[in-house]
Amino acid sequence: MSALTCRGLSRSFGALRAVDDVDLTVAPGARHALIGPNGAGKSTLFRLLTGRMRADAGTVGLGEHDVTSLSEVRRCRLGMSQTLQHSSLFASLTAAETVALAARRHDGTRIVPWPRRQPRVGTRSAELLGLVGLADRAGDTVPSLSHGERKQLEVALALACSPSVLLLDEPAAGMSPAESARLLAVLADLPSEVTVLFVEHDLDLVFDLADRVTVLHLGRVLLSGTPDEVRASDAVREAYLGTSRREELFTS
Amino acid sequence: MTEVSQRPEAVPDNVVGGTPPPRPRRRLGPVPAIVVVVVLAAAPLFLAPFATTTLTRLLVFGLLAVSLDLLVGITGLPSLGHAAYFGAGAYAAGWVSIHLTPAIPVPLLVGAAVGGLAAAATGWVAVRSAGVYFLMLTLAIGEVLAQLAQSWDGVTGGANGLSGIPAARLGSEPLLGVGYLYWYVLAVGVVAFALVWLLARSPFGATLRGIRDNESRMRAIGYSTTLYKYGAFIAAGTIAGVAGSLLAAQQRLVTPGDLGFTTAALVLLAVVVGGAGSLWGPVVGAAVVVLVRDALGPGLGGHGELLLGIVFVLVVYLLPRGAAGLTSLRPFRRRRS
Repeated sequence: MSALTCRGLSRSFGALRAVDDVDLTVAPGARHALIGPNGAGKSTLFRLLTGRMRADAGTVGLGEHDVTSLSEVRRCRLGMSQTLQHSSLFASLTAAETVALAARRHDGTRIVPWPRRQPRVGTRSAELLGLVGLADRAGDTVPSLSHGERKQLEVALALACSPSVLLLDEPAAGMSPAESARLLAVLADLPSEVTVLFVEHDLDLVFDLADRVTVLHLGRVLLSGTPDEVRASDAVREAYLGTSRREELFTS
Repeated sequence: MTEVSQRPEAVPDNVVGGTPPPRPRRRLGPVPAIVVVVVLAAAPLFLAPFATTTLTRLLVFGLLAVSLDLLVGITGLPSLGHAAYFGAGAYAAGWVSIHLTPAIPVPLLVGAAVGGLAAAATGWVAVRSAGVYFLMLTLAIGEVLAQLAQSWDGVTGGANGLSGIPAARLGSEPLLGVGYLYWYVLAVGVVAFALVWLLARSPFGATLRGIRDNESRMRAIGYSTTLYKYGAFIAAGTIAGVAGSLLAAQQRLVTPGDLGFTTAALVLLAVVVGGAGSLWGPVVGAAVVVLVRDALGPGLGGHGELLLGIVFVLVVYLLPRGAAGLTSLRPFRRRRS
């Protein structure tokens, strides 16, 4: 049983086939990277997987559920959680309030219309903020956070949804090297029940974290394999650079 | 969230020696609210009957503005049709007072129920839109209900309005004195305000603020935002219905103008002038609107609306967060030398 699958997933914008008949299988507990040059269809594929965008054709499976016809909200309730490429948070809330929103929803209690003390939500939020390194920023509002801190908050928010599958769209984009290293540690320490599928341009991070890599090119799967197989592939090199000068691509 | 962390680099470097660094403001707790309620409760003892009546109208309009702030300020749904639920509640309360009983909880509960039901019946379409589409849909719904009030002669009295509403009765005593009527309106208003305030501070209220800030992200973390917006719409309609039943008790007459576009626009103006999202700000905004229109307007030869327009422009430029934004201004701001 795989954690996340899609079969024949397609989506076009006019004449452009942004995602074209994509099959993808993400094994439970995998750290699965999705890479590809700009315009390969990575973000569109993410939107199709999370349900933000409807597919023209194909199916999406989450664990034993067929979620093709389910909304983004229902998919989240079934354990799919995401961060977005451009951080998308709540301008008037503090970091702690932001994480509490998601923690409360996935706490199993009802969202009641009268004030209620929720110590469990508070503890969980503080714990997650500590995990991503924002413990001392809990009371600060989102606009006062730096770009990197917002990306960290995105990860805490996604984890607060108690996901079984976590989809991260360029989680390290715009982070400082220190922040990026911290993110890597957080993701590496996630319990093995959590499956991670992530899009990332920082190939160092990809090869440090991923145990499986899928390369997209022009909306199609070019190759799916272990990091070493991808590193060695001539096709991947050509897709990325239109060249076979390996040292310019993977310097690690 | 009570803990405000002060990171070293957050301290401004232009602090002149001797000036203490900014400290978190001390919380005044419920003291200001208690003072305001006590002053309001004592007001009729000192005011002339006409002033008391103006203050009563102001409270009714203020409660309507609070209910709209639940939509505009808390949920981020600016509505131009909110007077429809106010009017629906007013007509229902008036009709029940005439044909059944004016005994006190009855018109109030009927007004609330009808306001809420009218919002439930029309809101399901409206909350599926956002922004300017929501504004236009609520405007259309408001106009449809205003037309209904105009033409449904048998129930609403048509263009003449629903007249001959008996005075509200507490037990067997009718509330005839302006002071008693004022206290009735104040008591209901305070309770309704407290309910809205509690709602805004609840987990449900936190969800509404999340929707206001970023609805698509709320969906991504598992909230069916349409349902929550619908809930907020019905709650706002119910409170508007309560305000409507107070209007019926105060004016003893309900006219189609009470649920028309002008009322809806004025109450939205009150929310913006007072400061959307603070709940108490819109009450101040309602006071400004009512005073400018009813107290200063006649002296200006019917140009009250013009003055309101000027007030609105000034508020937008000088106080972007409305009257409620005044509390965050520091009284002695040190200029950079």
